[in-house]
Amino acid sequence: MTEWQRVCELDALVPDRGAAALIGGHQVALFRLSDSGEVHAVDHLDPFSHANVMARGLVGSRKGTPTVASPMHKQSFDLLTGQCLDDPEVSLQVWPTRVSDGWVEVQVEARSGAA
Amino acid sequence: MTQKKKLAVVGAGMVAHRLVEAMVERGADEAWDIEVFGDETRPPYDRVALTSFFSDRDPEDLLLGDGELWKRPGVRLYRGSIVSSIDREAKQIRARNTTFDYDRLVLATGSYATVPPVEGSDLPGCFVYRTVDDVAELRAWVLDREAVLGRKVKGAVVGGGLLGLEAAGALTALGADTTVIEFADWLMPLQVDQAGGGALRRIIEQLGVTVRTSTATSKLRAGRDGKVTRMQFADGDKIPADVVVFATGVRPRDELAREAGLELGERGGVIADEACTTSDDSIFAIGEVAHIAGRVWGLVGPGYSMAEVVADRLLGGDATFEGADLSTKLKLLGVDVASFGDAFAATNGSLEVVYADPTAGVYKKLVMSDDAQTLLGGMLVGDASAYTNLRPMVGRALGSDPTAWLLPEGMEPPSGSSLPDDANVCSCNNVTAGTIRGAVTDHQCTDIAAVKQCTKAGTSCGSCVSLVKKLMETQMAEEGLEVSTALCEHFSVTRAQLFDIVWVSEISTFSELIDKHGTGRGCDICRPVVASILGSLGKGHVLEGENATLQDTNDHVMANLQKDGTYSVVPRIPGGEVTPAGLIVIGQVAADFGLYTKITGGQRIDLFGARIEQLPEIWKRLVDAGFESGHAYGKSLRTVKSCVGQSWCRYGVQDSTTLAIDLELRYRGLRSPHKLKLAVSGCARECAEARGKDVGIIATDKGWNLYVGGNGGFTPRHAQLFAEDLSTEELVQAIDRFLMYYVRTADRLQRTAPWLESIEGGIDAVRAVVFDDSLGIAADLDAAMAAHVNTYEDEWAATLADEKKLLRFASFVNAPETPDPDLVYVEERGQRRPADDEERAVLIAGATIPVRDAEVTV
Repeated sequence: MTEWQRVCELDALVPDRGAAALIGGHQVALFRLSDSGEVHAVDHLDPFSHANVMARGLVGSRKGTPTVASPMHKQSFDLLTGQCLDDPEVSLQVWPTRVSDGWVEVQVEARSGAA
Repeated sequence: MTQKKKLAVVGAGMVAHRLVEAMVERGADEAWDIEVFGDETRPPYDRVALTSFFSDRDPEDLLLGDGELWKRPGVRLYRGSIVSSIDREAKQIRARNTTFDYDRLVLATGSYATVPPVEGSDLPGCFVYRTVDDVAELRAWVLDREAVLGRKVKGAVVGGGLLGLEAAGALTALGADTTVIEFADWLMPLQVDQAGGGALRRIIEQLGVTVRTSTATSKLRAGRDGKVTRMQFADGDKIPADVVVFATGVRPRDELAREAGLELGERGGVIADEACTTSDDSIFAIGEVAHIAGRVWGLVGPGYSMAEVVADRLLGGDATFEGADLSTKLKLLGVDVASFGDAFAATNGSLEVVYADPTAGVYKKLVMSDDAQTLLGGMLVGDASAYTNLRPMVGRALGSDPTAWLLPEGMEPPSGSSLPDDANVCSCNNVTAGTIRGAVTDHQCTDIAAVKQCTKAGTSCGSCVSLVKKLMETQMAEEGLEVSTALCEHFSVTRAQLFDIVWVSEISTFSELIDKHGTGRGCDICRPVVASILGSLGKGHVLEGENATLQDTNDHVMANLQKDGTYSVVPRIPGGEVTPAGLIVIGQVAADFGLYTKITGGQRIDLFGARIEQLPEIWKRLVDAGFESGHAYGKSLRTVKSCVGQSWCRYGVQDSTTLAIDLELRYRGLRSPHKLKLAVSGCARECAEARGKDVGIIATDKGWNLYVGGNGGFTPRHAQLFAEDLSTEELVQAIDRFLMYYVRTADRLQRTAPWLESIEGGIDAVRAVVFDDSLGIAADLDAAMAAHVNTYEDEWAATLADEKKLLRFASFVNAPETPDPDLVYVEERGQRRPADDEERAVLIAGATIPVRDAEVTV
């Protein structure tokens, strides 16, 4: 079971800059892209440094794919798939997102208590 | 400050020069006063290139180094000064009609050219070939005789070795008909075998030089004018000779050591051990006068190695000289000659592979082990192009048919990747192939200048540079690197070009710039570069509007990211001067927020462990107390370190602290290609370590000496002298221009030392830009710096005053004040630090898991 969880107003996200969010005990990094207007959600935990920093990474592109680079040691990740582009063994979890009534919503597993 | 010790160096040749250079490079001139005594009237010059003096070169061009070495405080060169005796008891030497004390003495007296006991060898017109003066006199003599005799001069060179052929080349170049007389059966008997000598003879004879081997000179006769005119041989034969050059060998100049009672070798030379120490502990011997490991070493390479050993020993090191590679590659009379390893096949059972082409004038031989697998040595006459690739292979399997290496030029043998990592590529500086590959893989060197700087390979004789380049390129290809100057995949231009684009255009945003001059969305490379360029040119605050998205997290939240995702905070403490009240504020802030405190190398205080949402509160306290951003997070000016200077120090000659504060306030916030560090020392004792900085200033009694291009990091560099005795006003203008020129033209993350090397013309060209306005941009540079100084504002004060900017410090967009729940700390020495993995596992198992269980069951 999944559910859409309301996180913040779209305007709270600065285009091309990340923001961390606490969603059901999980630390998620949200990115609003300036050109597509889409919002992407990936793990805030950097799998290399084990610090919660991904939302503070720089947004960019590699061969057309939108990316975020870890601010710790600069590995790049595909924002659409979460795949690390510098190490095929590593990836970030990706959450579906949508914008509804000006609010950013992230799809998460429904909590066991609510099921 | 302890009294400086005295080092006396007897001899001012190439090896003595290298010794002084090595001492200065290592900063040993801080502890030692160095006095060098040379009998020649010139400063040390390149004796190896002596013959080039004939191609109308100014003798000044032969001088080693730029002459700055001898102007340094604590270094003194006495020219035309013969040292007549050493008093080992009193530790004094006698020269210039007085005595000089020494703590340590270095004998670097070199060799004499020997003249064989031939009757008439002292006649006018007889020369040796050793010094610039010898060569100058020889030249004058030949030209004079040609004029007087009204015909071509007949020249004779006694000795068909390396020096003899050099001299024959010189005489031929002067227009003399030249004969070379060699006692042995063939030319260059020490370097090549009979067949090689034969090939050499054929080539040289084709150049018009007559060669007589197996010939002994017995007598020289004078004409009626008393000048040499005829040479007679032991076999009774005679030839006309208007000029004679003796090039029969050299003998160590050891008479000073002999009189001082030092132990000498049987055939001359001052006996020294592997530390170059003679039988007197206070006296070293280096270069051609030294007899080490059973012999004297007649090449400059081993002499340089000895100089390095002594420099190291004088600094308390334990370097040793254990012999050297005597491989040689020369161009004599335009003919390539090289010999290396066991060139004469002295090894038992060794095999010789020979390629000879008499019509082309080529003779090549490789000496292989008895199984024809391992290269033992070889000689190359006429075409020595394979030398750089072959010499490092000595003692190794060639890995292919040896004859492949001997084929004519143009048919390249395998090389580059085939060379094992431990093969010595640069024998002057002892650099292996692996070290050069490592420069590419571990130190990100992608051009030959960077590799040379990183490894020192190819920085002495230069003969290996082509091989170094090949190794570098092969390694780069293997790493998937291409030689490109593009900034990244989004911009095909360099940082300097991008800077110029922004400078001359109206562009003031990243999106405009990438639309017009780039592709895509940018990345973590080009975004901060553009932010830095816009910042340097004063096009908008670094955190204003779109610029904010370009910044690395450090610049974005104006703090330094640490390993656990928290930040460190560094308030500016200009010149390292801080009041007790200021210290108390910093201490109180650290205590209130539980921050770990440490003093930095730049004379300020770093506060660690600040969470992102705490940064505004911390900075509010600091700004209220009068502190401002220290820019420790930026590619920008960090600190201007200083000693206390004249105001307190009993040695200080200028007010270094005030200057440091003024400079730090002037350049604070200046965005640059890499971090910038400055320092000011109040006297020559240099307590502020200014020569380790991008810009270093050292007080003199007349003003300030300015040094540029120093840095620490993984390639430490001493700053080089840029200008002397500047007034404060001149100094500030020079630094303004230097820094702005660097900001404008350097590559991304290129510090000042490699930048100076990358500029065509090096430091001299930059000096011309700064002081002579050679590019006509000085006014622009001045204006750019004035704009920076006038528009500076404290980024932290500005941010605290802007509600919108404060939003970025939220820990979570939906829970702005909630700390990161995963942070775990342990206490160490009374302060906290992030827990390591093991500590974390214990701490979390004890506390956190039960809490999570509870949460799930709610």
